[in-house]
Amino acid sequence: MSPGSGAVTLDGVINVENLSKRYGVHAAVSDVSFRCEPGTVTGFLGPNGAGKSTTMRMICGLTPPSSGTSTVVGVPYRDLPNPGREIGVLLDASAQHAGRTGREVLGLAAQVLGVPPVRVQEMLEHVGLSGAAARRRVGDYSLGMRQRLGLAHALIGDPRVLILDEPANGLDPEGIFWMRGVLRDFADRGGTVLLSSHLLREVEAVADRLVVISGGKIVADGTKDELLSNAGILVRATDRTALLRALAEAGLPSTTTTDGAQLVEGDAEEIGRAALTAGVVLTELRPAETAGLEEMFLSLTAGEHGANAQEVAA
Amino acid sequence: MSTTAHTELIRGAAEGGPADSAGPRERFTAPSLARLTKVELRKAADTRAGRWLLISAVLIAAVVAVARALSGDVADRTFAGSLELTMLPLGILLPVIGILLVTSEWSQRTALTTFSLVPHRDRVAGSKILAALVLGLAAAVISVAMAAVGNIVGIVATEADGSWSMSASTLGQALLGQELNLLMGVGFGLLLMSPALAIVVFFALPTVFTILGSMISSLEKTFEWIDPNSAFDPLTDGSMHGDDWAKLLVCSLLWVGLPLAAGLWRLMRREVK
Repeated sequence: MSPGSGAVTLDGVINVENLSKRYGVHAAVSDVSFRCEPGTVTGFLGPNGAGKSTTMRMICGLTPPSSGTSTVVGVPYRDLPNPGREIGVLLDASAQHAGRTGREVLGLAAQVLGVPPVRVQEMLEHVGLSGAAARRRVGDYSLGMRQRLGLAHALIGDPRVLILDEPANGLDPEGIFWMRGVLRDFADRGGTVLLSSHLLREVEAVADRLVVISGGKIVADGTKDELLSNAGILVRATDRTALLRALAEAGLPSTTTTDGAQLVEGDAEEIGRAALTAGVVLTELRPAETAGLEEMFLSLTAGEHGANAQEVAA
Repeated sequence: MSTTAHTELIRGAAEGGPADSAGPRERFTAPSLARLTKVELRKAADTRAGRWLLISAVLIAAVVAVARALSGDVADRTFAGSLELTMLPLGILLPVIGILLVTSEWSQRTALTTFSLVPHRDRVAGSKILAALVLGLAAAVISVAMAAVGNIVGIVATEADGSWSMSASTLGQALLGQELNLLMGVGFGLLLMSPALAIVVFFALPTVFTILGSMISSLEKTFEWIDPNSAFDPLTDGSMHGDDWAKLLVCSLLWVGLPLAAGLWRLMRREVK
């Protein structure tokens, strides 16, 4: 499932170039660029108020950018004649008329998009809202049900691209697991997914690629593997002093973790060779992975107002 | 890609398999204005509130028509007299329907999905205006039907005059009045983007104009040309004559054209959240 295994295209399916949005003096989004490739799920990660939703609204032509451009399937969103057939969008599950039934919401979308009405029932079944739930008014739906309806709304035009803002909000654990499956399946069939979240745990299970935004700026952008390896290598040896000396001689910076391992910046082979040269016996040599990623996410987004946000470009 | 090439692609697109990833793939045509208008009409009636607003408009017209047939001066119990009355409640309800047609997108936050599916906001606005005109026409047809029912009830149950005479011009003027009134509502809704605000301003502002016009006698001549109440009034009983038409044109531009244009301008620029 690693991206980039297919043919490398010049442009991604979603291209965001130097997008900025200012409200008066406040810069909500500053010079944001990234791209999403077919067959991948991109997690758009950042704390609340980081500029995720504003960026997504700019991509969808709903918020005019102060500067910069974005394209989806090669053209600006607003130039798409019938965007719902190519891009499924869910920006706010609660932004539906409270007085309409779930079925009617999808019926309207089907009519606008020109897809057969039978798609309505198919989608209701797909997201688990068929039967009595479909006849209830959206005003009586729980947030989780609205998210399911929103996903059905995004999928009804059989698009190749999904743009979803916090789709897991309000879903129970079973619902989150289900949504992951839907999105993974969508991407594995060649689709492109961009989904935002403020929770790392929520997206790391499904995303191939992570774009981290903080204070309106991109602070990390890369495949999950790259970012995970950037998180460092965890090393243990029978002789810790000898290991520290070997690492220092090889010029590999490291820190000691709370449980006595060394978190090393470098790749496993370098560390292995350093240990071999020094004759140190390693008992553990592995990427720090999730723990490291979480630490990175916290540190990257800690300086909320982006004073010294550092670029970890892929 | 040039605009022309883009349009060509849309028109000449074949319904085939997906094009290769490097090339543009505009295989889908934009929804027609007729389809969007149907969607807008459906939206006007697919909620409980919207449905009851439409039903009550019909019911009120029916009640008024029958009440008219059974009361009042026998000589006035005619089809024309009945129609004038059934149009009255619609003149109040139709603009509200028009206002809700455009403002509920903001109050219910459906603008987010509406404009995601149809990014050409002017097309959405155009389909809403067309839907409003269709509703106005339907309301006129219902008014005529109710007036006819009322007239028949009058003939059968009382010694009503029961005359069916009515000129096409009178009917046309009544219809024009309803449509202009409705469009004015749509214009105020587009411009103000809030149901409550648009409804209040729609009803209060013309009244303020009428009161001002009657209070300041030196401005009487001017207000004849800018007061929508006095300009639209002759349409209701088909008594348009002389410079009434010129006044109607001026007032329509001012009270219908201007809000529609300004509302459209605002809609095209507004950030949708």
